[in-house]
Amino acid sequence: MTAPTRLSQKPNRILYQYRNFFITILLMLTLFIVLIVTYHVFKFGDIQHGSTYRALVLNDVSTLPIQVLDRDTPTAGATNSSCSHFNCFNVYRCGSGGNQLLVYVYPPKNYIDSLNRPLTSQMTREFHQILHTIISSKFYTPNPREACIYIPSIDTLNQNRLRVQEVSQALRTLEFWDKGENHLIFNMIPGSVPDYNPMLDVPIGEAMIAGAGMSSLTYRSGFDISLPVYSPLTANLNPGSFSTRKWLILSSQININSAFEQDLMELKTTFPNDIMVFGSCLHHNPMNNTIRCVGEDVYKYPDVLQTATFCLVIRGARLGQSVLLEAMAAGCIPVIIADTLVMPFHGTIDWIRAVIFIREVDILMVVPVLKKVSEKRVIELRAHGAWLYDRYFKSIEKITETTLEIIADRVFPHLARDSTYWNIPSHSGNVSPLFLPITAPKTRGFTAVILTYDRVELLFLLINKIVKVPSLSKLLVVWNNQHKDPPHPGRWPKINKPLKVIQTKENKLSNRFYPYDEIETEAILSIDDDIIMLTADEVEFAYEVWREFPDRIVGFPSRTHMWDNRTSCWKYESEWTNHISMVLTGAAFYHKYWSYMYTTAMPGDIKEWVDEHMNCEDIAMNFLVANWTGKAPIKVTPKKKFRCPECTNTEMLSADLTHMVERTQCINRFSNIYGSMPLRSVEFRADPVLFKDVFPEKLKRFNDIGSL
Amino acid sequence: MQAKKRYLLLFVTCAFLGYCYFGGYRLKSEKWTGRTQLPYERLPSYLSLNEEFYDKDLRTSNGNIHVSQHTRQCRMESCFDFTKCKQGFTVYVYPVEDVISPLYQKILNVITESRYYTTDPAKACLFVLALDTLDRDPLSTEFVHNLPSKLLRLPYWNNGRNHLVFNLYSGTWPDYAEESLAFDLGYAILAKASMSIFRLRPNFDVSIPLFGKQHPERGGEPGQAPENNFPSNKKYVAAFKGKRYVHGIGSETRNALYHLHNAKDLVFVTTCRHGKAWRELQDEHCQQDNQEYDTYDYEILLMNATFCLVPRGRRLGSFRFLEALRAGCIPVILSNGWALPFHERIDWNQAVIFSDERLLLQIPDIVRSVSNTQILKLRQQTQFLWDRYFSSIEKIIFTVFETIRERLPWEGTREGIIWNTSPGALAILPQFADSQQELPFSNSNPGNTFTAIIYSQLGSTAVLYRLLRSVAKSKYLDKIILMWNSDIPLPRRPRWQGIKASIHVIPADGISHRFYPHPLIRTSAILSLDEDATLNTDEIDFAFTVWSSFPERIVGYPARSHYWDDSKRSWGYTSKWTNDYSIVLTGAAFYHRYYNTLYTELLSSTLHKTVEQSQNCEDILMNFLVSHVTRRPPIKVTQRKLYKDTSLAGIRSPWNDPDHFIQRQSCMNTFVAVFGYMPLLRSNTRLDPVLFKDSVSNLRKKDARVALICELQQKYLPELSPPTLLTDETLVKYIQERRTRAENATK
Repeated sequence: MTAPTRLSQKPNRILYQYRNFFITILLMLTLFIVLIVTYHVFKFGDIQHGSTYRALVLNDVSTLPIQVLDRDTPTAGATNSSCSHFNCFNVYRCGSGGNQLLVYVYPPKNYIDSLNRPLTSQMTREFHQILHTIISSKFYTPNPREACIYIPSIDTLNQNRLRVQEVSQALRTLEFWDKGENHLIFNMIPGSVPDYNPMLDVPIGEAMIAGAGMSSLTYRSGFDISLPVYSPLTANLNPGSFSTRKWLILSSQININSAFEQDLMELKTTFPNDIMVFGSCLHHNPMNNTIRCVGEDVYKYPDVLQTATFCLVIRGARLGQSVLLEAMAAGCIPVIIADTLVMPFHGTIDWIRAVIFIREVDILMVVPVLKKVSEKRVIELRAHGAWLYDRYFKSIEKITETTLEIIADRVFPHLARDSTYWNIPSHSGNVSPLFLPITAPKTRGFTAVILTYDRVELLFLLINKIVKVPSLSKLLVVWNNQHKDPPHPGRWPKINKPLKVIQTKENKLSNRFYPYDEIETEAILSIDDDIIMLTADEVEFAYEVWREFPDRIVGFPSRTHMWDNRTSCWKYESEWTNHISMVLTGAAFYHKYWSYMYTTAMPGDIKEWVDEHMNCEDIAMNFLVANWTGKAPIKVTPKKKFRCPECTNTEMLSADLTHMVERTQCINRFSNIYGSMPLRSVEFRADPVLFKDVFPEKLKRFNDIGSL
Repeated sequence: MQAKKRYLLLFVTCAFLGYCYFGGYRLKSEKWTGRTQLPYERLPSYLSLNEEFYDKDLRTSNGNIHVSQHTRQCRMESCFDFTKCKQGFTVYVYPVEDVISPLYQKILNVITESRYYTTDPAKACLFVLALDTLDRDPLSTEFVHNLPSKLLRLPYWNNGRNHLVFNLYSGTWPDYAEESLAFDLGYAILAKASMSIFRLRPNFDVSIPLFGKQHPERGGEPGQAPENNFPSNKKYVAAFKGKRYVHGIGSETRNALYHLHNAKDLVFVTTCRHGKAWRELQDEHCQQDNQEYDTYDYEILLMNATFCLVPRGRRLGSFRFLEALRAGCIPVILSNGWALPFHERIDWNQAVIFSDERLLLQIPDIVRSVSNTQILKLRQQTQFLWDRYFSSIEKIIFTVFETIRERLPWEGTREGIIWNTSPGALAILPQFADSQQELPFSNSNPGNTFTAIIYSQLGSTAVLYRLLRSVAKSKYLDKIILMWNSDIPLPRRPRWQGIKASIHVIPADGISHRFYPHPLIRTSAILSLDEDATLNTDEIDFAFTVWSSFPERIVGYPARSHYWDDSKRSWGYTSKWTNDYSIVLTGAAFYHRYYNTLYTELLSSTLHKTVEQSQNCEDILMNFLVSHVTRRPPIKVTQRKLYKDTSLAGIRSPWNDPDHFIQRQSCMNTFVAVFGYMPLLRSNTRLDPVLFKDSVSNLRKKDARVALICELQQKYLPELSPPTLLTDETLVKYIQERRTRAENATK
């Protein structure tokens, strides 16, 4: 409001001029106030009517709304033991999120019966974490009508702490229950005295169980999800050191039955130096799970698990035991002695890679069996166990997320990830995309892709030479010059193979590696327009070699890389050495898939860098292929002079010193981007079987090979 | 104008004020809702630290409460007698007394000629019936009647314990109930086609594929999609051609397929013609369907479609599953609840697309959404699985045996990755090593030393001495093992005592002994040598470095070839110089130690007998084995062909025997018969040292102009020390400088 006061000192004329202005301000302000007020009114109206969905907020669990259950409320119906994904799960509920699984969480309530007694104990930390993880995950939806999976907010983790029939009644009262279809019940401690049913005893109709300690006799394959028994003790446990483990085998469980205990004692007396059996501390506090005793000595649990290579996980009254995760967290290889136990995330995780299974009747054989495990295998088991633990079991969050991911795979089976995704750590190297061991069929031949700029005479010379190669099926000229059009169709050499010219939009080196639709063969011969010294026999032979090694780059000009100790750098070497680690794409065969990879999946900014500097595209390709396959390229036939006499002008990039400098720079740069040096060196090259043999030339299939 | 500007300013101000108010409000409320992080640490844990202790229930101390005796609930622990298998995994087949179908006869043939077979029921781990249980449809002509009473008469039946029952068809019209085998299975393990995941007893029953009467006994046809074209560019995206049932169980899916048929890239054609009474049952669409059906050829569809639907028929599985797999047409499974063959070990997600019958109409969207890269992978995997597990009855039966064998704890198990990557589980013997790194198929380093094994039949000669000397000079040598033919006495003071290498002499009886997995062999690499081989140290070293790149193959010097002799209708063997080769003789070759184990353990007794009787052909058999496992040819290195010392001609070397050659020819044909196909593959390539016979390298001088970046960096950019990578900017600047300088110089 400073402006008007200042203006008031001006002459009246101006004041009059501004009157309209002030009136408009006044009107506008009134309008805004009205707008704000209506906004508020509508907003509150919305909340009161509940027509939009708000994300569930997990408030303090002590102030939950209370719901009283009548005594005669029907229960949810007996758990259907013959349920499967196909007869109890309603897939039609899952379409609203496209291919995204949507999960709804019921708002938590405090259920009490008519006598004011609670149905379950207070919500536990772990269950709260489960709900919280779901709510903050990508799967969560606040809208129950579009949801695919429903999570009741009744804490069913521990059957000891709930009233079975009443919880079932409470489930029945849930708004979208409908026989339990698409509902997921979390449970970690099932069953109770005397039979310790391996499945939650609460009747849940057709709902799914994500539960621990399930038995293969009752586990509904493809429907239930097996969980680990989460242990709160793992929170501060680290894998410890691997080298100095005092014991081969360790048993630390205090809840196994007496028959197994006797077996363990027998083992201890037979193999006192290999096995260590910890028991409960009768002199201190037998109920304390954080200490273990041997006689009078007290040990801290679970830290004591770090002192052994193998840790026994023996069935108690229940099949699932929390020591499994404790052992994994402590870097101790679990030895599972529990027949019919369904391992956590069974069907998804390949446990053979991380644990050892021993039948219950063989428990006395445990020492000789484990002694036979080789050192290499111990390292493998341990490393894989650590990886599994870190990825799937480290926290309630990870366990919950994995559960939902597995359900998503079931609901959208066409998007299901394979066992490689779940079980192979990405750091253990790539799986080559061309993994089938075959010799590529000859029927289709190869496509020659010629990169050219403006050297038309050389290009025509090359075309005329290369057409003589019998297996050539098509020629593709990549015309990389935007300032000049390719020669008129009438001027091209008359050849008996199809020829196609592609005019590029930009003069980029990566154009030569574009997976053009015109390339209809597996094999691509990438060739520079100045490589006119190759004979038809040589090219045909190189194609034959490529067929035998279809996942590699097979070609003529080779280079190598070396580690320079003095400067701690990689250096690029074009000299005559006994090694090769790169085959330049100036004259090389490779599979079309690598073109696709080069164009779409080149790591880092390598592709952009190459295009910007007009160099190193061949090195980038060699890095790419070597990184995926872990194999070296193959050089064919003796070295040639790849420098034609007529092209030693300044255009010839390779002649430039700076070119070499740049290429050394490239190798260092690329290996930095890859994080390691993927190139492999080999000491061999490929020649025809009868090369340089004293043998009639006309009987040799490839004669004209090795000339300069 | 002024006024307009003013009003505009005013409006903008107001809008800004309004935005601040509403925006600020939203911000505020978000901040408020963002405080969801509750201190749940205050809540109790679900597992109190002393609760577990009470679960130790003394009443459950004896026996396993979780094991049921009901046969529906059979598990290995409760229904299988492990003690019978302590002596190894052997299979007994009852003597055939009844009439059995040709298909079941094939199965029995495969078993009785396999390495699992035993004639002694007392030593057997697994029993296979000589009663045909393949077709248990009472309406079928091959249905065996009175099976229950016949079973009871079997001497070792014992209510089916340790028995393996094969079945392809169960149930009959109208419900085709999966469990109705018309006899009581008892404790027997069921290996059955079209099983559902609800019926299959986990880790006990085995799901097998449905295969037809024409399925080859052994060997088998190769996959039909050897091409890895990218993108695959097939004419049809998805195809299906088959009958539909109009009514009754399993008919809904196929009946609805015509909705998806567009005759362009989706071809789903069905016919109602089947059985005698199809005209009575036909619906209004049959006429049109039948017409469309006749316009497409099944084989052509298979070969030209990227995806092939495999919908359920009356039963869950169908023949077209294997047909699609073989054709490399990626199967789209529309059979709810079907446990795919060997699903507990084979990860089918890598080879097929699963879909839900209930969501049939989504099929077009699903198949179109699969990426080209994914198609490339899936198709290769179909070929791998077909080739390793399904292409012959032998492979299917052996896979059944191996899955059961893995359940015996002392036989060793294979990780899932072994089952699902080349060369597949049938070629991997878990007893060889528990770590996969020991195998030649992993990418791990095969080590940098080798063991030389020299097979000596002539005794201590000058040639042998020369060979020992050149082997001993190799820097990669670990030890030399001399396989000493027992006929010749060991020299008391051998001449080779001066050689600086550890030489072990072990007696060998019989030619197969040279491939015996002797415990002295510790290195992955074995250099197998004949005593008269004349290799020098450089050649040995070079062959070893080549082998390190191909540890799964035989890498060596003497190459041979096989050919099909059309006039004799048999395979020929030649040592002539040819443009290709398919055999590298183990007289001078490197190979992986694992093949010794495979040679001894995997090959059937017929093959071993052939070698023992002729005292010949062991090297050909080794080549058969390695090519059979790797599906790749061997590798010949360098020019050398005459690897034998000819000075020994005339001495009683078995190699000079004229019968020797004919024998090898006949060996080869025996091997082909036992393998069921010709595993040898040809190669056109020989591997030479990089600078071998290189005329240019002799002429060329070192190019002094080529400096190295690291040196340059130190020279021109000393401020960057210790040497680090140049940034782009400095490099570009530097190169520009160099360019101008060079240009100036040329001017």
